Amino acid sequence: MGLAGMLAWLQGGGGAAGAPTGGGSGEAPDLQGMLMHHLLDGSELEFTILGRGFVIPLPHWEPIHLGGLTIDLSPTKHVVFLVLAAILCLAVFIPIAGAMRKKYNGRAPSGLANAMEAMILYFRDEVVRRNIGHGADAYTGYVLTLFFFILFMNVLGLLPFGATATGNFMVTGALALITLVVVEVSGMQALGFKGYMKTIFFVPPGLNPAMSVLMLVILTPVELLGKIAKPFALMVRLFANMMAGHTLVLSLLGLIFMFASAGIVVVNGVAVASVVMVTAIMMLEIFVAFLQAYIFAMLTAVFIGLIRHHAH
Amino acid sequence: MLYGMLAFFQDAGAAAGAGAFGQLGAGIGIGLAVIGAGIGIGQIGNGATQGIARQPEAAATIQTAAIILAALIEGAALFGLVITILYKFF
Repeated sequence: MGLAGMLAWLQGGGGAAGAPTGGGSGEAPDLQGMLMHHLLDGSELEFTILGRGFVIPLPHWEPIHLGGLTIDLSPTKHVVFLVLAAILCLAVFIPIAGAMRKKYNGRAPSGLANAMEAMILYFRDEVVRRNIGHGADAYTGYVLTLFFFILFMNVLGLLPFGATATGNFMVTGALALITLVVVEVSGMQALGFKGYMKTIFFVPPGLNPAMSVLMLVILTPVELLGKIAKPFALMVRLFANMMAGHTLVLSLLGLIFMFASAGIVVVNGVAVASVVMVTAIMMLEIFVAFLQAYIFAMLTAVFIGLIRHHAH
Repeated sequence: MLYGMLAFFQDAGAAAGAGAFGQLGAGIGIGLAVIGAGIGIGQIGNGATQGIARQPEAAATIQTAAIILAALIEGAALFGLVITILYKFF
């Protein structure tokens, strides 16, 4: 009986807060709108706390018409953070490379160069060389760039007033697309054209011709789908991990506003519990930022190694 | 109580059209996805602790492998989350 009553109350009160187009009525806070505003891309940079502060509107450029396509290249919030992460990468690593050449020529470095060298050597030995084997040094640059670029984007999203560029599936999709191109081209280069075609049109040896044709017809779409599914999984994994953390934090904080009309003791209790949980989740988020950047880079190295050593 | 729940489901379907059942489906779907991830990561924990118990010198290697595998399984659960969000918002 109590359960039915609770369900009826949820059904009655849930209509307002759950409607997809629900704007905030006077009483129910617009959680959905707040969530979309913080998670999705926007065209202004916000530096406001509780409504006070300033907002930098981003310029809106004329769309470029290329044949039938209309491409809008105006910078949005995520584009700004993308470029910021790229500039950070350049600003950290170009001076370190110069210092390694001139200042620490042959000696062990100290300071920031030492810290970066530890990570870079770990990646080169444990991730790139172990997975790719022969010819690995050519891919060290790409895998390391992936790792640090994604890491800086993830961490920039955790700072105050930051936005996570990797929380936009177009950004992770672009990174996955570049990985797909790198993997397939490196496969073509290592296996030759015939060897690469064998990765798509695979026929087990020693079958009579009718069965071979049947196997070809069945397995070719599967192989092609497999080639696309792996970078697609990379894209969704990074995007979902980054977005899920922010969604959880924003939902927990929004819970405080949902209880705002329930009396001062209840709302303060909810606020304390919510902030404690949000702190714990933010610490987990820092760990997840590093881990997901590492996993993207490591899986790229694994895919390159797999196609170069395609043993069929 | 059971009758109340059935009446609630029927009302939900009738009142807001397809959107209500879609949201119900989304909720159940993400719950099942998280159960799957929980079971998977539990299996990893089982294997990892047993491995470390049998050979404590390999603890660092096992720990690193366990964290990476857990992140990959988490990726699968988050696939479910992405589809659920599609259900809820579109």
